[in-house]
Amino acid sequence: MVDGQFQGKKWKDVKVGEIVKIAANETIPCDIVLLSTSDPTGVAYVQTTNLDGESNLKTRYAKQETQAKVPEKERFIGLIKCEKPNRNIYGFQGNMEVDGKRLSLGSSNIVLRGCELKNTNWAVGVAVYCGHETKAMLNNSGAPSKRSQLETHMNLEIIMLSVFLVALCSVTSVCAAIWLKSHKNELDLMPYYRKLDFSEGEMESYQYYGWGLEILFTFLKSVIVFQVMIPISLYISMELVRVGQAYFMIRDSRMYDAATNSRFQCRALNINEDLGQIKYVFSDKTGTLTENKMEFQCASIWGVDYSSTEASLEHGHQAECSAQVDGKVLKPKMKVKVNQKLLQLSKNSFRNVEGKQIYDFFLALAACNTIVPLVVDTSDPTVKLIDYQGESPDEQALAYAAAAYGFMLIERTSGHIVIDIHGKRQRFNVLGLHEFDSDRKRMSVILGYTDNSVKLFVKGADTSMLSVIDKSLNAEILRATETHLHSYSSLGLRTLVIGMWDLSVSEFDQWHFAFEAASTALLGRAALLRKVASNVENNLCILGATAIEDKLQKGVPESIESLRTAGIKVWVLTGDKQETAISIGYSSKLLTNSMTQIIINSNNRESCRRHLQNALVKSRQPLAASAVPNNFEGFSDAIGTPIALIIDGTSLVYILDSELEEELFELASRCSVVLCCRVAPLQKAGIVALVKKRTADMTLAIGDGANDVSMIQMADVGVGISGQEGRQAVMASDFAMGQFRFLVPLLFIHGHWNYQRLGYMIIYNFYRNAIIVLVLFWYVLFTAYTVTTAINEWSSMLYSIIYTAFPTIVVGILDKDLSKRILLKYPQLYGAGQRREAYNKKLFWVTMADTFWQSIVVFFVPLFAYWGSTVDISSIGDLWTLSVVILVNLHLAMDIIRWNWVIHAVIWGSIVATVICVMIIDAIPTFSGYWAIFNTAATGLFWLCLLGILIAALLPRFAVKYIYQYYYPSDIQISREAEKFANQRVIGGNRQIEMYPIPDGPPR
Amino acid sequence: MDLDSGTSSTVGARVQAIPGRPAQHGETCKQCHSSGFAALYQFKQQNLPACKPVLTPATVIATFLLMGFIFIPLGLITLRASNSVVEIVDRYDIECIPEELRSNKLLYITDDSISKNCSRFLKVPKSMRAPIYIYYQLDNYYQNHRRYVKSRNDKQLLHGLGDNSTSSCIPLESSGDLPIVPCGLIAWSVFNDTFKFSSGSSELKVNRKNIAWKSDRNHKFGKDVYPFNFQNGPLIGGGKLDPNTPLSDQEDLIVWMRTAALPSFRKLYGRIEEDLDADDVIVVQLMNNYNAYSFGGKKKLVLSTSSWLGGKNDFFGVASLFIGTFCMLISIVFLLLHVKNPRPYGDAMYTSWNKKSSSS
Repeated sequence: MVDGQFQGKKWKDVKVGEIVKIAANETIPCDIVLLSTSDPTGVAYVQTTNLDGESNLKTRYAKQETQAKVPEKERFIGLIKCEKPNRNIYGFQGNMEVDGKRLSLGSSNIVLRGCELKNTNWAVGVAVYCGHETKAMLNNSGAPSKRSQLETHMNLEIIMLSVFLVALCSVTSVCAAIWLKSHKNELDLMPYYRKLDFSEGEMESYQYYGWGLEILFTFLKSVIVFQVMIPISLYISMELVRVGQAYFMIRDSRMYDAATNSRFQCRALNINEDLGQIKYVFSDKTGTLTENKMEFQCASIWGVDYSSTEASLEHGHQAECSAQVDGKVLKPKMKVKVNQKLLQLSKNSFRNVEGKQIYDFFLALAACNTIVPLVVDTSDPTVKLIDYQGESPDEQALAYAAAAYGFMLIERTSGHIVIDIHGKRQRFNVLGLHEFDSDRKRMSVILGYTDNSVKLFVKGADTSMLSVIDKSLNAEILRATETHLHSYSSLGLRTLVIGMWDLSVSEFDQWHFAFEAASTALLGRAALLRKVASNVENNLCILGATAIEDKLQKGVPESIESLRTAGIKVWVLTGDKQETAISIGYSSKLLTNSMTQIIINSNNRESCRRHLQNALVKSRQPLAASAVPNNFEGFSDAIGTPIALIIDGTSLVYILDSELEEELFELASRCSVVLCCRVAPLQKAGIVALVKKRTADMTLAIGDGANDVSMIQMADVGVGISGQEGRQAVMASDFAMGQFRFLVPLLFIHGHWNYQRLGYMIIYNFYRNAIIVLVLFWYVLFTAYTVTTAINEWSSMLYSIIYTAFPTIVVGILDKDLSKRILLKYPQLYGAGQRREAYNKKLFWVTMADTFWQSIVVFFVPLFAYWGSTVDISSIGDLWTLSVVILVNLHLAMDIIRWNWVIHAVIWGSIVATVICVMIIDAIPTFSGYWAIFNTAATGLFWLCLLGILIAALLPRFAVKYIYQYYYPSDIQISREAEKFANQRVIGGNRQIEMYPIPDGPPR
Repeated sequence: MDLDSGTSSTVGARVQAIPGRPAQHGETCKQCHSSGFAALYQFKQQNLPACKPVLTPATVIATFLLMGFIFIPLGLITLRASNSVVEIVDRYDIECIPEELRSNKLLYITDDSISKNCSRFLKVPKSMRAPIYIYYQLDNYYQNHRRYVKSRNDKQLLHGLGDNSTSSCIPLESSGDLPIVPCGLIAWSVFNDTFKFSSGSSELKVNRKNIAWKSDRNHKFGKDVYPFNFQNGPLIGGGKLDPNTPLSDQEDLIVWMRTAALPSFRKLYGRIEEDLDADDVIVVQLMNNYNAYSFGGKKKLVLSTSSWLGGKNDFFGVASLFIGTFCMLISIVFLLLHVKNPRPYGDAMYTSWNKKSSSS
């Protein structure tokens, strides 16, 4: 806005303090404080998908004082004071002075850059943060880059290979030096050095630099020739393989979530293979194990328990809970199961005390929240649906429940709410709202009735509520409610307690004064408001309690069971309270009755230490008794008494970052299950770090909410669940999927395959490059150490590009050691990755020894066979090239487990391609090796050599492989045989067996 | 060798059988009735039909036996072929120097005034059937030395002066203003000892044609490239070439330019197209021109018949026999091991998790 007129401006030109007008569906260019909107009450709806991924509309308010002013018509001057730019997208503090009045500004008055304005024709605001100072930009830090463990190990091996390379070059140069020394006298006359012109005695030095420099040059030359030893191409092929693997992971229909139409997402491309080595899984509970679809289940009102009955939904009660507004029918969007008795009672309310309580109870449910009702059109013009948009799923569930019982929230502005109570519209003034915060664990609303009475409704977690409830009043009801609460939470339900209080005029005035003061304070407003809230939320009269079912996701218990069979330790880190956590633990089969539970629940460091030490002693006993080596915890625990450790956030505060960490880790590593409840987001990361720091085992964190982000980023592998709690977790994750149970196919099938494939591929690439280098090296020993190469330059260049690259990439993407069915049937097979069976030092050295042997065969068979013959460099070079390429491909072929047509094509194809390339190179007359391949291939010796090389080189590997597989079979090997054996039986006999349903993931 | 999972006939049934598979999901189901999409779907789900060989004792033992049965006869055949070759090797570089000059070989070879004529008498051990190949053999020559191998210009050999970039030929790239044809150390050091053979009174006819590869003569060495300024420099390396013969007909040069792979090598000189009987004595008149003394090289003359395998070389036969017997032995060892200590196939009892639980 310039000179009282709005002008179009580019985003980058917007400056702090300017007044910005935004039309509907436009994106906000900077963080603005709302002044006025098209809505007369000053409400603006914004969509924050770009910011936190949540697609529901959020409401933002313009202050009433500025809403009235129209900037086009009247000038006004104001001053806004606010915090320095920071990252917190959920908080904002500031105040505004307009016309001498001080107005407080909070996070509900600011609209952040990246949001979109919806359902509002226009909004006018003052820019407060621009450009890089906007909260969206400040939050734009990339996720920390992760590197796969396999790659880290591989780098060690590559260092080894570099040492080896240097050694080869040094040997070459030392030998060259010795050769030069011993032929010192002849150098003058040798054709290739010719220092001296012997016919006329004149000195002429032909590129002879003295033997010091000659050695240096030899060294450098050999570095150039042997540098293939360091498999640079491996990095490229690994990337390609990972892309291929990611493609198949994304396409896997087992990990396709039909409910949300979301596929598996691979957000990180460099840690695919880590999925095959996971040892610890850290899981969030809400939204991860559970669906985070809250369902109102039970209510305890005034000490009486009303539980929803299953049958009631079928009777079509949704028709009854509708409201008429201007001739249109409003219905809540979601249907809720209702309890018939309670429904009847709530209808015939107001007559007795019981009815009054029920009335207050549901009024509290409908009013005491931050839900925004949105009216959505349906195909039937007379029927409209009310969609409750809110940040907390619990509140949504409660609001829908209230609507189902006839207390339908229809309208909410910052000043009042309209509730349709059994067809009668009632308007309440919202005098004050204390939002939920995690310290108080409750929220309250102060409603002004039309008859000027003022009531306070409070809703909150049971522990925090019971402490503020006046125990002298209705002690029996309190006791009854507590019993109900206990039984609810033991069913795994989430409980909330509702309380209320009639405020007297003096109490209200006192509160009002304090509230006004606190809400305009600039510094420490949150704390002040909290204090005000705690003061007023006191001596409440209990109304009742609600229980909401947090439904477990499909297949969670089975998934957890197979994860544990696979030797993966599942730790659940949740913000829920201990009882809920334990009950979810039981329902998800994480905890079983046979387990010994160790509960650590203490309030200071000393008792923590005591608890830990007791627990340690306790945990050692069963292990010592069963005398099973502790190297395989998953199974030894299954044999002895398994221990479950349950620890709460308060204890963790004392344990983490102190010397007790060590003891906790020791204890935790002996437990088969660890449940941490009441943990803060940062503590989650702390626990992950605790394990990550102390073991080399891989950790995986899975979660769905913003509170899991730190944990997801800390763990070796972070998995995000695209659930209800927004997309921050997905944004921070390496892999994202729709359901917890997809973890099973992800780890057991894809993780396993990826690990096996990549592990093999790395070893194979080392071998593939080392063998050609060794062949080149052996030849150097026969050329007076002058690094001549028999294999021509083109061939050695194409070697790692055309001759051998495709098979390793395709095999790395497509080969499967075991079928999906077997892998899911025997989760124990996953142990191969945890034990690092596919890639380890031993395997590396064995392969290198094999490489050494194979290179010797490849080189020396032709050498001796052609010794003292007329063979020329190009012919024998072609023989070496072909035999190395065929050998390397056959070596790979020998290790391929499943031959499908792609693999056939690529293996035989690359051999054919090599032959063609060699022929083409030899068909160029200006190359010295012209026609060599055709001339040598015409002789029998060439083919005999080729045959002899291939057989002799592969024999030891074949024999060792067989012996190893037959007498020291790995689990994978046995399962592979079992798989084949079973299939043979099927083919030979009854074909029906093959048709039996293949379990998709764990059976549900 | 059996097929893995879905052949196209079972695909439909299998697709139905997977519970929880997204039924409405466009690409998967509606179209999977057409076989192309079904195949694509199977590909995406990594369910391509595949065969999965497993090493069973039977196949492994059979493989080793087969190898034995292939390699032992092969070894015997190649050894026989190698033994049928008759070979006469005569080292003449020392013997051809007059006694008094043997202490100073360099003087002998560099002094043009000293006669290089030399006669050798070779006794034929067994009857040799034509064609008898004549090779000269140079030991310790290192024709594969890096600096030597590079010192040539293949374009020039084909196109003559049309190609002027002779930098690779240093130090023998040009004489005066024109590049030397053929340039480079290899050509410069072309072998120039000559041999004449007679048996009794009659001279043995030596065929010096077609000793180089036909491909080289026809396509690699130019038919109109003449060595007009070859060996004109102050330093003479090896033989001279007839400036009136095109390179494509200079077969000695062509043979020499095929640089040998190994430090000791033979090169074909010619063929005697007559049979030689046992105990014949062949007189060789040779011109000992080539300087191999300066670097301790050895010069040998080789007369050899040929078999289908090439020259005399026992290595391959011995190696084959060795591989063959080794395979046989291994197959027997494996057989014994298998009989004595068999492991049931695919028995889950052997998996680590079952072993663990049964042991405790």
